[in-house]
Amino acid sequence: MKILICISNVPDTTTKIRFTTDNTAFDTAGIQWIINPWDELALTRALELKETTGGTIEKITVVAVGLKDAEPTLRKALAIGADDAVRIDAEPKDAFFVAEQLAQIAKDYDVILCGIEASDYNGSAVGGMLSEFLNIPSVSSVSKLNIENGDVKVNREIDGGSETLSTEVPFVAIVQKGIALEPRIPSMRGIMMARKKPLNVLPAVETEALTEFVSYELPPAKAACKIVDSENVKELIDLLHNEAKVI
Amino acid sequence: MDFEFTEEQLMIRQAARDYAERELIQDVLERDAKAEFPTRHIKNLTDLGFMGMIVDTKYDGGGLDSISYVLAIEEISKIDSSVSVILSVHNSLACYGIEKFGIEEQKEKYLKPLARGEKIGAFLLSEPEAGSDASMQRTLAEDKGDYYLINGVKNWISNANSASIYIVIAQTYPEKGHKGINAFIVEKDSPGISLGPHEDKMGMRSSDTHSVMFTDVKVPKENRIGEDGFGFKFAMKALGAGRIGIAAQAVGIASGALDRSIQYAKERKAFGTEIANHQAIAFKISDMAVKVENARNLCLKAAWLKDRGKPFSTASSMAKQYAADIAMEVTTEAVQIHGGYGYVKEYHVERLMREAKLTQIYEGTSEIQKIVISRSLLKN
Repeated sequence: MKILICISNVPDTTTKIRFTTDNTAFDTAGIQWIINPWDELALTRALELKETTGGTIEKITVVAVGLKDAEPTLRKALAIGADDAVRIDAEPKDAFFVAEQLAQIAKDYDVILCGIEASDYNGSAVGGMLSEFLNIPSVSSVSKLNIENGDVKVNREIDGGSETLSTEVPFVAIVQKGIALEPRIPSMRGIMMARKKPLNVLPAVETEALTEFVSYELPPAKAACKIVDSENVKELIDLLHNEAKVI
Repeated sequence: MDFEFTEEQLMIRQAARDYAERELIQDVLERDAKAEFPTRHIKNLTDLGFMGMIVDTKYDGGGLDSISYVLAIEEISKIDSSVSVILSVHNSLACYGIEKFGIEEQKEKYLKPLARGEKIGAFLLSEPEAGSDASMQRTLAEDKGDYYLINGVKNWISNANSASIYIVIAQTYPEKGHKGINAFIVEKDSPGISLGPHEDKMGMRSSDTHSVMFTDVKVPKENRIGEDGFGFKFAMKALGAGRIGIAAQAVGIASGALDRSIQYAKERKAFGTEIANHQAIAFKISDMAVKVENARNLCLKAAWLKDRGKPFSTASSMAKQYAADIAMEVTTEAVQIHGGYGYVKEYHVERLMREAKLTQIYEGTSEIQKIVISRSLLKN
C-alpha cells in the first residue's frame, strides 16, 4: 500500500500577516514557512501506520505544488520520515488548479491524505476536488485512520458524536485534528538524511485557475476598552445606544 | 562572510526549540523544585539524536557541526538549563575529549555507546581544594605496572550519578606538578567508587551534581588518555571545547529571559499604558537585546572556528566569559522588569537568574577566562 500526503507550504501560524500596498497580494517578506499543521498531522499518522502495520505500507510520499522555495518544507517532511517527495513546479493559484496538479501523481497511490484545510487561505476544497478528478471516494473530517489486514477504517466527527466507516482503496481522506496527537520532531539523523532522499520535480500540467484574488483586508483593529462605573448604568445605556450603536 | 544558517542548521534549531517548548516547559518548575533528574527527557533527546550529536558518524554520532550544536544548546537553555548542562558535559567534554584525544580501542569501547546516548559521560576535574587552580590535583593515580590505582575525592561533578563513563583527572607524579597529571577513562561501577549526597544547588537543580570518592580504584593502563603526563593539557583542551557549550547555554538563558521580558512588557500595564511604552523599560529591553546578540555572535564565532579546524580556545573563553556575565545582567534585569511577578517561580525569570549564576562559575570562572584571554594576548 502506498500513501501520499498532500502538503501545503504555509506561513508559520504565529506570522503577522501583511499585504502589499494595494492589498492585492500577500507580503511574503520575512515569512517563515512551515508544513500546514493538518498535513503534518496526516504525515505523523502515516508514519505511525507504517511502523505498526508490519510492511503493509511500502512507501510514504509527500507532494506539494509550489516553486523552489517550497523545497525546505518538503525536506522537513523527509526529515520527519517520509520516503520521498515530489514538488510540482507551479505557483499554487487556487484549489482547482492545485487539485488538478495533484491528480497527476495521486492516481498512483492507495491512500491519499489531505489536511482539512490549509492554515493560510482556509479553502477546504482541494481534497474533495482531487477525489472527483480521480473518480475515487473521499471521506471528510477524518479524525482516525486505521489499516488492519489491508482494510481501511476511518472515524468521522459528526454532530454530537462520531461514526466509523470502511472504504475501498484508493480513496482520499480529508483529515482533521485528532488524526495524530501531535506532529513529530525530526531526529538529527532524519535531518541529515533528508537531502539524501529523492525530491523529484514534476512540470505542472496545463490548467487554469477558476478564481482570482481581487483584494484582501485585515480585520478591524480591536477598539479601545471603555470602562463605565458600575453606578452609572445610564451612561452605559447611552453609550451602547449612541456610540456602539448595538442596542 | 556569511551570516546565513544552512537549512539543516535551521531545522536542528527548530527541533530543539520544539522539544523545549512542547516538553521541557511542562515539568521544568516541578523538577527545579524537587531537584529531580530529567530521565524521560534525556531518553527522548537521545532518541532525537542530541546526545553525541557532534561525534563523527563513524563512531555512531550525529556528525553535526558545532554551529548546529550551539543552536540546539541555546534553544534548550531558553527553557531548561539543567537539561542543557547534561547535554553539554556529555557532548563537549566527555565525547569530545575521547574523540579528539583517545585511541581507536578507547573510541570503540567507550565513545560509541556515549555517541549513541546509551551511556552518559561525566568529567571529573574539580576537587575540594582544586577549583580554579586545577593543577593542584590531590587525587592520586599511582602507576602499579599494568594498572593505575586511584585514590581521592572529586567535587561538583555534573552527571555524577547518571553517567556511567567518567573521565577522571588525577596526579601520577606529584613532584612534576601539572606535568605529572594524567587523564583516565573510568567505568563508574568499578569497585571503590562511591558518591557523596546530591548537592542542593541554587540553580540547575534538575541536573545531578555530587562529589565522587575513589578508594583504591583499579584502572587498566589502556584507559589512560594520551601520553604519560598529558592529563592537564588534555583537561585544558577539553574545557576549551566545553566552554562553547556553556557559552551557548548562557546565551540561551539570557535570550530566554529577554523573550519573556518582551512578552511581559507588552502585556503589563502601568500608568495607563503597557510598560513597554515607558522608556525606562524599553531601554532596558534594548540593552538586553544588544548584549544577547553580542554574546550569540561570540559563541557562533568560536563554534565556526572549531568547525574549520582553527584554534578556538581564546574565542571560546571570550564567548564563555562574556555570555555568562551578560546572562547574569540580563536575567537580573528581566526580574526587575517583571517586578514582583519576577520574584515568584511561576514567571520563570527568577529561575533563569539562578541558572545564569552557575555559568559564571563552572567550566572556568569568568575570572579564569580573563586569565586565559589575557595570557593569549600577552604571551608574545
